[in-house]
Amino acid sequence: MAEFRLPSNSIVGPGKHFPAPEGATNTRTVKVYRYDPDSGKNPRIDSYDVDMDSCGPMVLDAIIKIKNEMDSTLTFRRSCREGICGSCAMNIDGGNTLACTMAIADIEGDITIYPLPHQPIIKDLVSDLTNFYAQYASVEPWLKSDSPAPPDRERLQTPEDREKLDGAYECILCACCSTSCPSYWWNSDRFLGPAALLASYRWLADTRDDATGDRLDDLEDPFKLYRCHTIMNCAQVCPKGLSPAKAIAETKKMLVQRRG
Amino acid sequence: MTNAYKIIDHTYDVVIVGAGGAGLRATLGMAAQGLSTACITKVFPTRSHTVAAQGGMSASLGNMGEDHWNWHMYDTIKGSDWLGDQDAIEYMCREAVPAVIELEHFGVPFSRTEEGKIYQRPFGGMTTNFGEGTAQRTCAAADRTGHAILHTLYQQSIKHHAEFYIEHFAIDLIMVDGECKGVISLDLATGILHRYQAHTVVLATGGCGRTYFSATSAHTCTGDGNAMVLRAGLPLQDMEFVQFHPTGIYGAGVLITEGVRGEGGYLTNNEGERFMERYAPNAKDLASRDVVSRSMTMEINGGRGVGPDNDHCYLNLMHLGNDVIEKRLPGISESARIFAGVDVNKEPIPVLPTVHYNMGGIPTNYHGEVVTLKDGNPDTVVPGLMAIGEAACVSVHGANRLGSNSLLDIVVFGRAAALRAAELIKPGSPHKPLTPEDSAPALDHLDRIRHAKGSTGTAQIRDNMQRTMQKHAAVFRTGDSLQEGLVKMRDIVDSFDDVKVDDPNLIWNTDLVETLELENLLHQAQTIIYGANNRPESRGAHARDDFEERDDENWMKHTLAWTDEKANVSVDYRPVHMYTLTDDCEVIPPKKRVY
Repeated sequence: MAEFRLPSNSIVGPGKHFPAPEGATNTRTVKVYRYDPDSGKNPRIDSYDVDMDSCGPMVLDAIIKIKNEMDSTLTFRRSCREGICGSCAMNIDGGNTLACTMAIADIEGDITIYPLPHQPIIKDLVSDLTNFYAQYASVEPWLKSDSPAPPDRERLQTPEDREKLDGAYECILCACCSTSCPSYWWNSDRFLGPAALLASYRWLADTRDDATGDRLDDLEDPFKLYRCHTIMNCAQVCPKGLSPAKAIAETKKMLVQRRG
Repeated sequence: MTNAYKIIDHTYDVVIVGAGGAGLRATLGMAAQGLSTACITKVFPTRSHTVAAQGGMSASLGNMGEDHWNWHMYDTIKGSDWLGDQDAIEYMCREAVPAVIELEHFGVPFSRTEEGKIYQRPFGGMTTNFGEGTAQRTCAAADRTGHAILHTLYQQSIKHHAEFYIEHFAIDLIMVDGECKGVISLDLATGILHRYQAHTVVLATGGCGRTYFSATSAHTCTGDGNAMVLRAGLPLQDMEFVQFHPTGIYGAGVLITEGVRGEGGYLTNNEGERFMERYAPNAKDLASRDVVSRSMTMEINGGRGVGPDNDHCYLNLMHLGNDVIEKRLPGISESARIFAGVDVNKEPIPVLPTVHYNMGGIPTNYHGEVVTLKDGNPDTVVPGLMAIGEAACVSVHGANRLGSNSLLDIVVFGRAAALRAAELIKPGSPHKPLTPEDSAPALDHLDRIRHAKGSTGTAQIRDNMQRTMQKHAAVFRTGDSLQEGLVKMRDIVDSFDDVKVDDPNLIWNTDLVETLELENLLHQAQTIIYGANNRPESRGAHARDDFEERDDENWMKHTLAWTDEKANVSVDYRPVHMYTLTDDCEVIPPKKRVY
């Protein structure tokens, strides 16, 4: 039976308010989803009035400032702060993106921050991506070649063939795309989701890889690939400007073509 | 109090701490050779800071013109300002070619030449024929080479069924009678401690860029392995040598690759002058990083900086054209747009020398085995302990690392550590049982920080440290300023006695983790600033206004620095290896370093 209501322990309640320090004249309110697994309490929304005169330009700067100066218990992942490691993916102002490359100035009104949607929450903005990573590994995202590599030099690949990887190899596994996909929300147990399918396509497109047939066999399944209904949320949210939807379409095309 | 923790025990042949390029290369190499292998990492592997490396990895493939590993070796020694160990440098430069070929065979999506070979670009300090011409030696995957390599190495690790403990924070090594027997980590997701017993622990924990206020390094670059080594009573080597990358984005500190200058970009001052022509008439903008960073600082100090405060420089690439920018430099175009609001096709990027890399670290030999000075022997191997990558000081980078030699370093020495471990360890050989006392220091350490109930916030102390290091141990250093910095740092270290951790829980307690990281940073900061004050000469990245010349007679030696519990530093020295491994190359004797 499908459950249409949130379980009672998921209902988000009101939280604490942290006012700006005295004398701050230029403030923005940041509302953040909080969940403390040790307390056993329901999640809540805390709000922080952040002094913008001493805050960096990005949303990550704001939440680091909150953690440093207002509430050191606020919990989130972050690392490179330049949009390449994929740690600080979260739902900001209603869309999935990286906090480190999302400018505060591009958000109107209060800044609302939730964890990535439809993943189990470990604490605050830290979601459990175990299934996401397992799906990535399940497409066997490594070079498979029948012919031995030349012993003392590289395999050759023309610049044109190498170009086929552009738009596919740059994925940072931030999970913004998969967790924004309604199809993935419903069927993430069996639909691989845009990120894993992009990873699969990255090897399908690589002329050095010989396992195209096996890879396509593995995807030819009512759920793994075909639950993509071209909703395009993946392409819209990708913080690296990639289009997993296009890679999925290309994969479907390869499947049609090999049927002849 | 230590009984309060639930501990899960594991035994492995080897445990690697850190899953950047070095850690992953070691992990997959060890797993592939039949050793039971675990890799512990505080971030998911592809989030390690190797992912941010842009420009490329050096190797004398000769795909774009004649090249030879002997020339690469010469450049690296000159770049190191004769503080690098020449046996290790020979090993790295010779192994570079098979290492990059191996990466291509693993599937790294390198950019290609018209002939289909790996594309190579010029990089700072990389020359042909012992300094005569410009070498195209740096193998690139557009300007995302670190990303391409790290993701490929992670994929290979999955293929080889390596076991990972992800989002585990390593607390301390387990040391018994001077031997390393394992390591203890905190699983962030559950708050449960794990104790790993291993025949060898490999530290691949990266550098400590976050000792400084403005760094290209990630927030997670806190040198945790270095600090664990200090707490184990072992020294760090050459910590005073901190590389400032010439082109961090002004304000944000985000890296812009040297590959921009490799592709033909250049720096200008407020008169629009290409000032590097004055400082390095031959290499110009492709002089080595210490030279370029100093030149930029001199321009700014001379009032010729750009911007309203004349406090930075411009990096110009508008003339390169759309095609080169799109094909070769797409990533930095994006970074410049996001972090500087600049369209690189139309405007220059505002840049400033920014802390980037630690040449210093845990002293090792070229097999990756940790060494220390003991009973007069400067090459005494510490049983059961290895270190690789930025955490290590082999020393292949000496006083200044050449760009694109770090991606090389991590792959070559990650592989070397795996080969050595396979030689030393018989798979599945039994472990002597550990006693509870063996783990007590690590648990006491965790307890002390976890229950810290002082009155000063972690972020406050960290900010004080970072600003002090930025001001007093910068591109140019003087005795007076360093001594002032040492006094300030003493107060800051002492203020850590009053630190407070607000979050009382163990599940994903980043308040606790940041405080443990801060303690790690404080000890390393002390070794940096103490070492800088202690070395009265200018060599590589360590430039003293009060001692402008290199002093080979007294200071061509590695600093070893130990810290005690209160982060007081004591030093001793190791000789530089002025010999080669084989007769295939000659020792390069010291001479004046001109670019």
